[in-house]
Amino acid sequence: MNAMSHTTGGNAYNFGFLDEYAKKEIRRAVLKAIAIPGYQVPYASREMPMGRGFGTGGLQLTLALIGPGEVVKVIDQGSDDSVNAVNLRQFIEMTCPGVSTTTRTAEASLIQSRHRIPERPLTPTQILVLQVPYPDPLVVVEPSEDKRKIMHGEADYSRLLVKLYEDIVQFDEITISHRYPTRINGHYVIDPSPIPRWDVPRLDHAAALTLFGAGREKKIYAVPPHTRAEPLAFSDVPFRVEDFRDAAGRRRACARCGCTDSFLDEFSSDAGEKVYQCSDTDWCDEKLLRKESLRGEAA
Amino acid sequence: MNKVLEVRNLSKIYGPGCPHCIESTGPEADTNLCPHCGSVVAIHDVSFDLFEGEILGVMGESGSGKSTVVKALYFDQAPSGGEAIFFDGDTQHELFALNAARQRWLRNHRFGMVYQNPNLGLNFNISAGGNIAERLLMSDLMDYGAIRERAKALLARTEVLLSRVDDLPKHFSGGMQQRVQIAKALATQPPLLFLDEVTTGLDLSVQARILDLILEIQQELKTAMVVVTHDLGVIRLLTGRAIVMKYGRVIETGLTDQILEDPQHAYTQRLVASAL
Ligand SMILES: Nc1ncnc2c1ncn2[C@@H]1O[C@H](COP(=O)(O)OP(=O)(O)O)[C@@H](O)[C@H]1O
Ligand SMILES: [Mg+2]
Ligand SMILES: [Zn+2]
Ligand SMILES: [Zn+2]
Repeated sequence: MNAMSHTTGGNAYNFGFLDEYAKKEIRRAVLKAIAIPGYQVPYASREMPMGRGFGTGGLQLTLALIGPGEVVKVIDQGSDDSVNAVNLRQFIEMTCPGVSTTTRTAEASLIQSRHRIPERPLTPTQILVLQVPYPDPLVVVEPSEDKRKIMHGEADYSRLLVKLYEDIVQFDEITISHRYPTRINGHYVIDPSPIPRWDVPRLDHAAALTLFGAGREKKIYAVPPHTRAEPLAFSDVPFRVEDFRDAAGRRRACARCGCTDSFLDEFSSDAGEKVYQCSDTDWCDEKLLRKESLRGEAA
Repeated sequence: MNKVLEVRNLSKIYGPGCPHCIESTGPEADTNLCPHCGSVVAIHDVSFDLFEGEILGVMGESGSGKSTVVKALYFDQAPSGGEAIFFDGDTQHELFALNAARQRWLRNHRFGMVYQNPNLGLNFNISAGGNIAERLLMSDLMDYGAIRERAKALLARTEVLLSRVDDLPKHFSGGMQQRVQIAKALATQPPLLFLDEVTTGLDLSVQARILDLILEIQQELKTAMVVVTHDLGVIRLLTGRAIVMKYGRVIETGLTDQILEDPQHAYTQRLVASAL
């Protein structure tokens, strides 16, 4: 019997919920995805005890990669406390005995995320798993999957670039806010999942491995460490991240921790004013702690 | 004169085919439909040469196989047999021996096509300028400003109002759609252009201006062209040499003037007589 397949507290679950065969298949797909950066590797996505679209693609990756001693963090739009993140975290805790969970980015060995990359730069020993609803960036210009495969194979992205051209014609800038098409290692263009533009440059030559899992569409792809990730753009209309400056041109700060170099979410206060706060809650907590300890020292 | 294209024994059969297809079809058999197996011998044994700056006409009645010839050469539809060599400067490309990626490269960079139906040549959901941009982006021009300049220059050259560069071609008149198609086909300055019934169905005055434009382009750019049409007026105006097709076969070939003044084949004689 496989050392990994012990049962949990009387429940008949295999460690990591998936059977060992399913895990092996996913790991094989992961190896292939790493070997061909940006290529969408098909795999037999399993039924999970939650609706597809709730991150089952990311969860299957996490469960296939997780081992005893793993420290897992689960976030949804930067937050560890959202219902979706809490559910996934509880599921992992229940099905993976011996695995601990954390909200601290720095402590995690494996981070599963929806719609954000943590602000804190990841390290070579960390893996980031992103949940993907729509894996193929070409789907907006070509309905046939067979034709899309040929286009990917030949790196034929001219129709995607025309979209950008039309965007500039209409709006004087590229308006794509999320899922920004990004060319990996000079060939395949990926949909980097609905992360904001802010996060895209942080895929480029990242120290950590980033894996993308699309459960419904049954695809896995990867941006391996130290790999080029270039958002599609024109040489004279470069890619830009979100601009968090106010009308006076000053960089907005997080209302909670004061940070001026993080991705900010916009809220409306009770008084109806716009308030900005770090989208990455762990980052915000950390900044706040440091601020408070500095204040403590000063006192 | 430099040869641009050499086509030999091109054939295309729609259907399963059988040993009797060839002998049972053609002008003598008076059909292109094989009575034994039901296949359509759309073209068989089509051969011709095309030289730099030359316009070759492909004439014949509807269904004679004219479009099939250019579709095969533009890689829209793989032929069942035959060869075609494209001479590009010092290099020769055996068209049907290339892999799909090489074929696509030639199609995007070195060939141009203008279809009778603008829907086939244009993406109606992107602007006129975007249609031209797409072809430029295929050839790895990545500078927005340069792409836009070039798109505007091409539209100006084909006499499309520049105020319409950002409009969708689906709102254009038929003549204007053909002009945008021509601009798009010319975007990469291809040495070889295929034109399939580009003026069919347009008003006569609109036709005349588009034909003038095609002649001007040929003189300016020395583009070699294959012009497919059932309209003898178009053949007379544009082409120097022509081939006449019937039931998928070439039945007559020669200088356009000679074919029109002194047709040899009875079928061509009838065609010319009926057009007078
Ligand atoms: N996709 C197809 N399947 C079957 N038959 C076809 C197809 N395309 C063309 N044909 C037939 O091939 C013959 C030649 O067609 P085509 O080359 O379009 O003629 P032309 O352009 O001279 O009018 C016609 O009989 C036509 O019906
Ligand atoms: Mg035709
Ligand atoms: Zn903050
Ligand atoms: Zn037959």
